[in-house]
This record gives sequence, C-alpha cells and structure tokens, in this order.
Amino acid sequence: MGEDADRGGVSSVGVAACIQRPGSYSFLFCGPWRLVQPCRQSTGPRATMPGKLKARIVAGRHLPVMDRASDLTDAFVEVKFGNTTFKTDVYHKSLNPQWNSEWFKFEVDDEDLQDEPLQITVLDHDTYSANDAIGKVYIDIDPLLSNEAAASLSGWFPIYDTIHGIRGEINVMVKVDLFNDLNRFRQSSCGVKFFCTTSIPKCYKAVTIHGFVEELVVNEDPEYQWIDRIRTPRASNEARQRLISLMSGELQRKIGLKVLEMGGNAVVGYLQCFDLEGESGLVVRAIGTACTLDKLSNAATSFLPPCSSPSKDLKEVPFSEDPNPVTHSSGPSTPLKNQTYSFSPSKSYSRQSSSSDTDLSLTPKTGMGSGSGGKDGGPLKALYRQQTQSAFEHREFPFFTLTTFPPGFLVHVGGVVSARSVKLLDRIHNPDEPETRDAWWAEIRQEIKSHGKALGCHAVVGYSESTSICEEVCILSASGTAAVLNPKMLQDCSMEGCSEHRLSRQPSFFSTGSEKGEFDFFLQCQDSASLLGLDDASSLGCSFCHIPYDELNMPFPAHLTYCYVCRKQKVPDVLFTTIEPPLEAAITGKGCLIQARLCRQKKKTQGEANATAISNLLPFMEYELHTQLMNKLKLRGMNALFGLRIQIAVGENMLMGLASATGLYVTALPAPGGIQVAGKTPSDSSYDQHIANIQKKINDLIVKNREIYEINPPEILDELLGSPIPETRQRSRLFRSHSESSDDVPELDLSHGKKDAFVLEIDDTDAVEDIQSLLTDASTPSGFYSCNTEVMPGINNWTSDLQMFTSVRVFRLNNVTSLTSQGLNKTFSDVCENLLKTLYFKLRSMVPCCLCHVNFNVALPEDELIQVAVTAVALTFDKDQTPYIKVGTDKTLSRASAENEEQLQFTLELCMESQATQSTALFSPAKAADISESGHLQAVSPAIQTVASLDKASPLAEAHARHRSPISCATSTVTVVEMTPLSFIPGAKIIKYLGIINMFFIRETTSLREEGGVSGFLHAFIAEVFAMVRAHVAALGGNAVVSYIMKQCVFMENPNKNQAQCLINVSGDAVNFVKESDVEYASTQAQGSGLQAGNGSGDIVA
Amino acid sequence: MAVELDVFVGNTTLIDEDVYQLWLDGYSAGDAVAIRIKRGILEQTGASPDVLESDTMDHYRTFQMLERLLHSPPKLINQLLFQTPPSMQSMLIEKYYTFDEPFVREVLGKKLSKGTKKDLDDVSAKTGITLKSCRRQFDNFKRVFKVVEEMKGPLVENIQQNFLLSDQLAGDYAAVVFFANNRFETGKRKLQYLTFEDFALCAEQLIQNWTLGAVDSNVDDMDVDLDREFLQDLKDLKVLITDKDLLDQHKSLVCTALRGKVSIFNEMETNFKNLSRALINIAAKLIHTKDVRDLFIDLVEKYIEPCKSDHWTSSDVGAFLTQYTNAARALDAFKHQALWERYMCTVKSCILKMYHD
Repeated sequence: MGEDADRGGVSSVGVAACIQRPGSYSFLFCGPWRLVQPCRQSTGPRATMPGKLKARIVAGRHLPVMDRASDLTDAFVEVKFGNTTFKTDVYHKSLNPQWNSEWFKFEVDDEDLQDEPLQITVLDHDTYSANDAIGKVYIDIDPLLSNEAAASLSGWFPIYDTIHGIRGEINVMVKVDLFNDLNRFRQSSCGVKFFCTTSIPKCYKAVTIHGFVEELVVNEDPEYQWIDRIRTPRASNEARQRLISLMSGELQRKIGLKVLEMGGNAVVGYLQCFDLEGESGLVVRAIGTACTLDKLSNAATSFLPPCSSPSKDLKEVPFSEDPNPVTHSSGPSTPLKNQTYSFSPSKSYSRQSSSSDTDLSLTPKTGMGSGSGGKDGGPLKALYRQQTQSAFEHREFPFFTLTTFPPGFLVHVGGVVSARSVKLLDRIHNPDEPETRDAWWAEIRQEIKSHGKALGCHAVVGYSESTSICEEVCILSASGTAAVLNPKMLQDCSMEGCSEHRLSRQPSFFSTGSEKGEFDFFLQCQDSASLLGLDDASSLGCSFCHIPYDELNMPFPAHLTYCYVCRKQKVPDVLFTTIEPPLEAAITGKGCLIQARLCRQKKKTQGEANATAISNLLPFMEYELHTQLMNKLKLRGMNALFGLRIQIAVGENMLMGLASATGLYVTALPAPGGIQVAGKTPSDSSYDQHIANIQKKINDLIVKNREIYEINPPEILDELLGSPIPETRQRSRLFRSHSESSDDVPELDLSHGKKDAFVLEIDDTDAVEDIQSLLTDASTPSGFYSCNTEVMPGINNWTSDLQMFTSVRVFRLNNVTSLTSQGLNKTFSDVCENLLKTLYFKLRSMVPCCLCHVNFNVALPEDELIQVAVTAVALTFDKDQTPYIKVGTDKTLSRASAENEEQLQFTLELCMESQATQSTALFSPAKAADISESGHLQAVSPAIQTVASLDKASPLAEAHARHRSPISCATSTVTVVEMTPLSFIPGAKIIKYLGIINMFFIRETTSLREEGGVSGFLHAFIAEVFAMVRAHVAALGGNAVVSYIMKQCVFMENPNKNQAQCLINVSGDAVNFVKESDVEYASTQAQGSGLQAGNGSGDIVA
Repeated sequence: MAVELDVFVGNTTLIDEDVYQLWLDGYSAGDAVAIRIKRGILEQTGASPDVLESDTMDHYRTFQMLERLLHSPPKLINQLLFQTPPSMQSMLIEKYYTFDEPFVREVLGKKLSKGTKKDLDDVSAKTGITLKSCRRQFDNFKRVFKVVEEMKGPLVENIQQNFLLSDQLAGDYAAVVFFANNRFETGKRKLQYLTFEDFALCAEQLIQNWTLGAVDSNVDDMDVDLDREFLQDLKDLKVLITDKDLLDQHKSLVCTALRGKVSIFNEMETNFKNLSRALINIAAKLIHTKDVRDLFIDLVEKYIEPCKSDHWTSSDVGAFLTQYTNAARALDAFKHQALWERYMCTVKSCILKMYHD
C-alpha cells in the first residue's frame, strides 16, 4: 500500500470488540399472554377513557370464493380493538357484500390508542364447522391522534392473509374523538408528530431542534416460542405481525414522551428498526431528532426575524470565521484525514472492552478540539467554539438524524465518524428492562461522540444506526458526520424564515460549466453577499468545507489548502460525509453513485471465536472499502462523497461490505490529483510497458469521466479574489491545460514528485486485479444519472414523472471455499453492476432520467446465498431547458421548498376543478391518445387522483362507474398514490403531512412452485406491500408517501419443502400534495371568485 | 454463481407493450427473449442477454398476475395491487381481448364447448397461432359469451360494460357471441373467401333487424336469439314466387327500372325468376334451425355464385337488390310490406358485404 493510500474522510472506525459472554440460559417462559398484553409500564395514574374510537364496516368486494358448491361466500367481519370485539351480520352468498354496519364504538385510553392497531378480520360463516378466516386488515390509529391531521379515515383496504396474500378489499371508516384531558402523569404522548423525513418537513418551520431521542423495546419472538410448534403458520405469523405492531406503537409512544419532556412536539428523521435476534428475542429500536415545529400557515410567519428569543441574542457571536487567515505553508507530508485506528488490527481490535478504547480516543482529542482554538490566531473562532460547546454540554449525545439542514445551520463538516461493535446475543431475560441492548448502543454512541470530538466537532449529523445478525453474532454499527453547528439556530431557529433570501439565488450555484458563467457567479455572489451583509464564506457556499479542527494539531495527517472559493479558510483535499450536499454548497458539474464492494471469507466457528474472527476482519474491510471509494472517487475526477453509507453484512462463512455514496466535485475543495500506478522496483521492460498501459487507461478514464460529469472547475480568478496562493494557482493551471485538450495526457500524469498524486502500487496479483476491477466498473449509460442522495446537484429542471421501485436478487455462490477472495469480490461486484444495468434497461423509456436515493441492502441469508435489495426512484428531467430559465420553480422543486403561500386553503376548489377536467379528458378519446403519445404513461395526472379520492369514500362509486360508457369506466375508485424515497415530489407542493406509515408484513407459502417459484412469490408480496401502503395513505386522504424506505426484507426459502417466508418492513410519511401547475391555477381561480374554504381535507367523508 | 431470485416491482407497474404482445401471442419467456434479441434490442440499448432475460421474466410474471384480473376488467380497474394509469389499463384490456383474424374464422359459429377447445391444437397447426394464444382467444370468447348470454339489454352495450372494450372490439365480440349462439356455418370451403369483418357486419345487421330486440327492447336474450315469430312469418313471402302474376309483375317493374342502368341487364332478365326464387326460398326455410345455420352458405350458393358466374359487379348487385326490394312495394296484391322490408334490407346488406368483386 502506498503511503498516501490511507488518507480520506472516514475519520474514525472504532470497533469495540466487546464480547458478551453467553449468559446463563435459565430462561423462564413467560407464556403467550405477553402477546396479548405486551410489556407495559403501569405506573402513574392513568386517565380513564380519554378517547372514543369508532369504526364502521361498509362493504367488501372481490372476495375469494369460500364455498365451492355455490361459488360464493357468506362473509362477516370482526372488529377488534384491545380486548373488545364487535361483529357485523353475515352477508350471505356474495363476493361483494354490503354490510353497511352501525358505528362500532370503543371507549379506550389514549395509551391504548397509541399502542394498539385496529384489527379487522373478515371471515366466512360456516354453519357446521369453524368459520374460515379470509384475511385481516390492521389499521394504525396513530395518524388520527394528532390534532392537525384528519380525525377520520375511510377507504378500501386490501384484505391480507399471511398465507394467501391479498384476498379482496374491504371498505372501512374510522373516527377518533379525543377528549382533551390535562392529566400530567399520562403515559401517552398523543399529538407528538413523527416524520421519517430527514429534513424539516416542507410545511413546517423548526422553532427549536432539541436533539437526539432513542428508545428500544424487546420481547420474545413468537416464532420461537414453544407454542409455535403446535399452532398453524398463519396463527404464528399473525401473532408476530400483531406483536410488532404493538411494540412499534409502544416504542413510538415512549419516544413521544421523551420528546414532550424535552419540550418538543415532533420527531424528525424517525428511524425504527427491528432486530430479529431469533432465539434470543425481538428488538424494536428507534432513533430520531426531537424538534419543536410550527406549522407554516401564511407568509408572515415564515419571514419572522430569525432571532425571536432576546435572551439568546446577547450571547450570540457573529456567524463568521476568522477573517484574517494566517498564510500558512501547508505541510507537504501525508495528506488528509485518517482513521483513528492504526492498521495493526491486533492492537486496536482484539481488545475485550470498548471503554478503554473510548478513553484513549477521548483523552488526547478533547483538548485539541476546544482548547487549542486560540492558537490559530482567531480569537473570534475560539469564542465561537466555546459558545457552541456550551450549547451542547447538556446533551448526552449531540446527534442529529437529519441529513438536510436549513442554510446556516451547518457551519463546518469534519468527516465521517463510524463505530462498530461485535456482540454475542443471548436471551433477553427481562423484556421490561432491556438494559443490555441499551448499554450496547450507549457504548457505540459514546464512541461516535468521542470520534466527533477528535475532529474538533461538537455534533454528529446524518446519524444512523444499523445491525447485522447471523445466528448468535450481531454487528452493531453507527455512523454519522462530525460537524460544527450554529448554536443560535439550535436554540431558536426560525429556520425557514431566514433561509428565504439565500435560497433565492441558490440555483445559480449549480452547473457552472463555462468560464464565463463562473465569472458571473462570483460577481453575483459577492454582490448579494454584501447586500445581505452576510459573511463571505457562508454566502459563497464553501464554509461547510472549512476544517473544524485545529490545523496545527490535526487529529490525523491531512493535506490542507486554502479554500478554492473564499481563499481564506483551510479546506481538506477530500471530504466524506453521510449527509445530503448542503443547499448552499457550490458544486461543479454533476455527480454519480460510487460504490465500494467487498467480500471476505471467514471460518465457520461458534461463539466467542466467531465474534473475535469477525472483529479481526472488520478493520481490514473498512480500510479496503475506504481505499476503493477513494480510488473510484479520483477516477471520476471528484473530491467529495455525500450520503456515504457503509453496510457490513455477516454470514456463516463470509462478511460482506458495501459502501455507497454520491461523488461530487465541490468547488471549494482542490481538484483531485490523478492516480499514479507504481510497479515493483526490480522490473523489466515488458513489465514497465504493462504498467504504462494501465496508467494510460486510468488517465484516459479520468479525462472521459470529467467530460461525462461536466467537471470543468473554474479558472480561479486570483485578481478578483485577492490573496493569490502560488501553489494552488500552479495546480489550477495544470488542470486547465488538461481540460482544454483531453489528448494531452502527460499533463495529467502527475509525477512522483507531486504531492497530490495518488499512488497505487502493483506489487502483487491482488493489486493488479484491484486495478482491473477499478477500470471495468461500467459507466452509467447515456441519459442516466444515479446518486444515493435525494437529488443530483446540477439537475434542476425535474419533470413530474417518477417511478419508485424495489428490486431484489438472490445469488447462489457455488463452492465459496474454492473461490479466491478476489474472485469473490468480483462476483459480488458483478452482482451489483448487473443489477444496476438491469435498472437502466428497465427504465430506458424515462430517459433523460436520474436514479435518486439508490439504496442498496445486502444480506447473507444462508451459507452460499447473497441477497441484494435496491430501492430507488427514477426522476425524469427536462434536458432542453437550462437551469437558469427555470430558476423560479427550481427553488420549490428541489429540497429548498419554502412553504409560505396560502394555497392549502383551496384544496376543495381544486378537487372540483380537476374533476371537471378529468371527465372531459375521459370522454374525449383523442385527448387520451394525445397523452399516451407524448410518452407520459407514467405520469399520473392530479385530476385522476383528486377525483378518485372524492369517489372513494362511497362504495357505490363502483356501481356508479359501471353505468358509464366503457372509457369512462376507467375512472376507478382507486386513488393514485405516489411513493418516493425522497422527501419531496418534483413539480408538486406538499400541503399536508398526514402521519407516519410504519408497516410490517409477513408472507408465507407452502406452495412455492404453484406461486411461480421464489421470484413469483416475492414479486407478488412486494406488490402487495406497495398496495397496502397506498391503501392506507389513500384512506388518510393522502396521495403520496415521501421518505419511503424498505427497512427490512428478510427472505427465507426451503424449496425442498416447497416453502418460503418473507418479512418486509416499510415506512414513510403520508402526505397530500398538489401539482404546482394546479396550485397556480387554483389560486388564481380562488382569487377570482373570492372564495374562502377552510376545509383542507375536503375529500374525507367523516 | 446462479441467480436464485430476481424481481423488479415498480410502484407504477411497468408494462412493455412489445413484451405484452409476445406474451399474448403465446410465446414462452425463452422464445420472447430470442425474438427480442432478433429484433435488435441489444444493439439499440447496449444491454446484455441476461439483462434482457431478467426483464422479460419480470414482465411475464406481472402479466401472469394481471391475467386473473383481465378476466374481469372492471376488477382490474378497481383493484389495488397494480397501480397503472387508466390509459395503460385500457391498453391491457383491449389487447388481451383482441383476437386474430385466422383464429376467429376457424371458430366463428362453432359451439364454444369443451369439444371445440380440444380441437384447438388443429386450429393452432392450421393457423400458425400458438396453442396458448388460441386458448386465450377461445376462453375470451367463451367468457364473454357466458357473461352476456342471458343478460337483458343491448348486446354491444352489455359487452362494453362488463369488459370495458372499445366500440369496435365490443361490436366484434357481439358478432362472435351472436354467431356462436345461432351456430351459423362459416367454415365451409365456399365461405372461405369471406373475412371476419364481412361476417361481423352481417351479424350487426341481423342483430339490428332480425332479433327480438329489433321489435321489443325489454326482453331477455333480445340481441342473441332471432325473432321466431318473424322467421315463422317469412313463409308468407312465398306468394311472390308462387303467384305467377305477382312474379311477372315484379320482374317487369325491376326490369323497367334497371333498363340501361346495369351492364348485365340481359343476364338479369333471364335469371330474374331464379334469383327471386332463391332469395324467397331462403326466407321461407328460415323457420328450421338447420336452415338458419346455413343462411350464409345458402346466400353464397343460391345467389352470389350465380351472379358471379354472370359477371355481375357489386354495383349491379346493389342496383338489382334495391330495385327488387322497392318494386315489391308497388305490387298491390302483396300484403306483407313490413315483413318484406325487414327481410330484404338485411339480406341486401349482407349480400353486398359478401359480394367481393
């Protein structure tokens, strides 16, 4: 390995190899009663009956035939909440029963409302034998408990059976009447809003961001209880689904209580996960960021001055950096950012306790982070640091699960911090006190915190946690981005308000291709900056790149230069982060998805030996993944990674690592050097020739990539910026000359003497193959871009076409043991590349398009199986229009949506209006043809959505539709619901958040072949999950799910027994949106008629 | 390394119309991949064969899951499992129910029974349409037939409402149902030259004029069964050929009207009595179910072929039939004007459609 090979942004990878001794197995069966009444604290006085839940069963349709003789079904419905059950009458001999039941009323306390789902079971009445279950619907009541959201839901829900899948649909109405009780000791946290979105939701402004909240609950897994041996798979699956539903309800309630304690009213970036620990139990854990959110009701509130709390004003320091940079000779030695661990694994990884590790890293670095602030000559900076530190002192973990921040919030970014720990699972002895698991996570978080401090940062943003479990071994991982935040914004941030001005010129930062454009850009920025009286660095969009740590006492060897934008502060040469590119960031060209993939074999062992083996492997894997990322980044001519996510999956005889991130060229950072290939020292001429060939290939590729991604960094206008730095100017010249003539390869060939050359040594066959794989990574086909962040900087003119998809593949490796580690790597890499190629092929009709938020999940479900699941969204964009023309809409299109208009009042008119347009469209086939011709098959007109939502409450709509002419029959009762992993919908405005969707499903089959094999089975199941998510959203009155994520997809098969089982866990935020074109239309309409409609949810029939 | 499982599921169901057509045509997934490769998709897209195979398999699975819903199109429109834009839903339904001309010509007028279904491999061998596709088309016929067979109201509308087809396709299905119900013979060698379109127009005419629905719009099976009473009455038309005076009078009226207007006047004059007898005998026999089945073969043998052999053009035929029908009105002794009109208008339209130059 070259001396330079270890630099980069992954600042710290501490592996706390704390091995829990397998505890005594004196486990007491608690019996199945726990399933009915799961762990719950019963302390404190409880409010009696603070709420009334009402449910009505209207009708069913498309029911399965349950009586072979008549080809019909005698269906009835049981409605259960808590321990109360109601039944409808039996509707005889129909596949489309009309029950039209009364309102069933449940008097319940609000704690139950939060924990319990409403359980609806559809059965077939049988006079002589037991009634057969057709299927169930679980409805989460929680979204109805927030005072802002709809108080009722109504719609068609798929009737789901864990063995047969969806079996018809049922029309249900649910209402909640909450009595306003002021019981202070209550156990519930009704009214706390939850968002999966990892930014401040669009129609809110953050008043305060309180910080990190976490909680976990544990239980036995019903699948592993003794009773499971005697009950049917269906009963077992349903017990599991119900338990998890209860546990997540409980978890959410507990987190809500913590938020209330902190004085917040919402959780943003809520991430809930299940750990299926098998024999040792089931863990449901969640993290999030507690906030106080204010609904943006009109323009006035959003323009409030940012500092509304006078007490804080006094303490505030100017939001600026040291204005007098000390001219500084940056050490030519080893450049930037190293891991804090050394590369001798025996030293740092085989330690049996993590505490010593933590101490080690804490001691030298805390002092450096704050105390040495004075040394670099900027007293303001020091003062600033002290301020920020005091703001964070009271926080146990200054972590934020957010990935996007209002401009000004994020001051500096240090780098990625991550920590992993290998644990041996044992039985959870007392589910009511899940201390062991709590302690494990506390340990890791402590580690992260100390790593952050080592980077001179007081906070960790873009924070996430994950696990990988194989048998009794569990790897816990946490990662985030060390950052310095603006304390003022933390305390009282009327964020949306203060962001307005800056955002208005944000789009001009993107796509700075030509030198001319670049010139304008600088002028414009300086102008506006001075106009606004803002600090240069913050307005230029480079401040987040400036190092937060002390350059004279760096936590790791790094190579610093002066910022390429402001020329005043020091920046590293590469930056790795787990967050979205900041809104204000100046970015050159476009980015791309970069993945590092790695497989490592390990011996099949048990217990501690196994855990130790894994612990020993981890640092090597982290290191190699990091090297791969670095190589690939340089190969693309880029200098920063965003959205970095490193997943380590553990299997019986293998470990797999997959790192995904979006590579970008951040204008403020120096241009990356080339990659230098160095051969072994005693060499002959043919070998030299070989090396030269490889070198040429690499150089050609870099040149090509710079063209593809439009990376033409600006010529630095030193005269304009002042303070020329000879060293960097020389480099920019070099760079320019190469971009002018791409043939001029030697110019790029940075010789040994240049410090920014990245040297790859080919000293063994491994390295040769590494380089080969580097070069063979297929490039994205033309017309496509891909990234794992929300959107691709440089593309602003999104159209409204979007296609969310999930793709799952399972591969069987033949003779794993016979494969070399390189062969294994190649196989895994091919798997991922092929999957991406298939996606590009399938989505070719959407070109030009960008795959956004590409989220890979790898797992090793069995000995020789690799499972890769991808969820992403394809967004189309308009190639012809330049971003400058569309500046006005870009602002709202991209992440920076500012919700300050009054438009949400006009929903009602909009519905009416669009219904009219819809029907005209339907009755004129010519028009319909036009639509399909112009290639908008994917596009779903908003009119359809709103019409459907008007119809859907009435089961009569179906019959109604039948009597129209055939084409108009296409007006179905089904609401079109968009799903997207992004927090926004291009070309649309989110007008209301309707609650969090968090669903867990199990599907099992004992007739795998008949259902089309494993692919047929899983294909149907994923489609069913989508359908159930859509139905719930539609019932809440929504038309989209944003921040959608498939958190788990556990697939198990036994083809010999013709069986398979799959568990899927998804979540997201249900929202209601209107297309931007409609908003404008509706608002002009409404103004013209002078109507005032206060009802925002006109489509809900209460 | 072997792929064990490979799925792609979009929130909006991805449908490739070309692959859908291949599936409808009854090709296996493997054949479909081969055909797609042959069409040059790999060159166009730069994809590799395994990518294409994976894509094709995904589509095939989707279509298999959709097929259950396509059997009842209103279900497809209201189901929750596959989110598809309305235009795509219409396309799926329309294409699923579209049938092949060679196929329908084999099956038209046959009883839609298990026996016929068993013979589909012969149909497949003869037409070159895959057996799978033949089965789908046959099952579609049977399904539509079963649903609308005993329904009140206009046939075409019933089909449209229950299967959400376009006007054109619903009309074609009405013809298929009508022919199957009345078991019209269409397969004889002499009828081979007729296209499905010819028969579909005849069916439309027959449904409009000869069924119960033509006189009473509120009866069961109104568009599917012929009006027995009407067929019974048709024997009264015999007077036109049995009464010698009427026959001569009729002939002279037609001849006067057509003199100098048709090229085959002489042949017409000599053959008038034969032609008139042929048309009226066909009418008189329709009381027997067996003869109803032979309606088209009779029209061809008794009327179209004699005209053909005398080299009548279709405008000659048109002119003759118009005058032949109109002239009967001037016959004072002929009392069955309404019956005559109802019979002749339909027969005229059918013959004109069936008379290919």
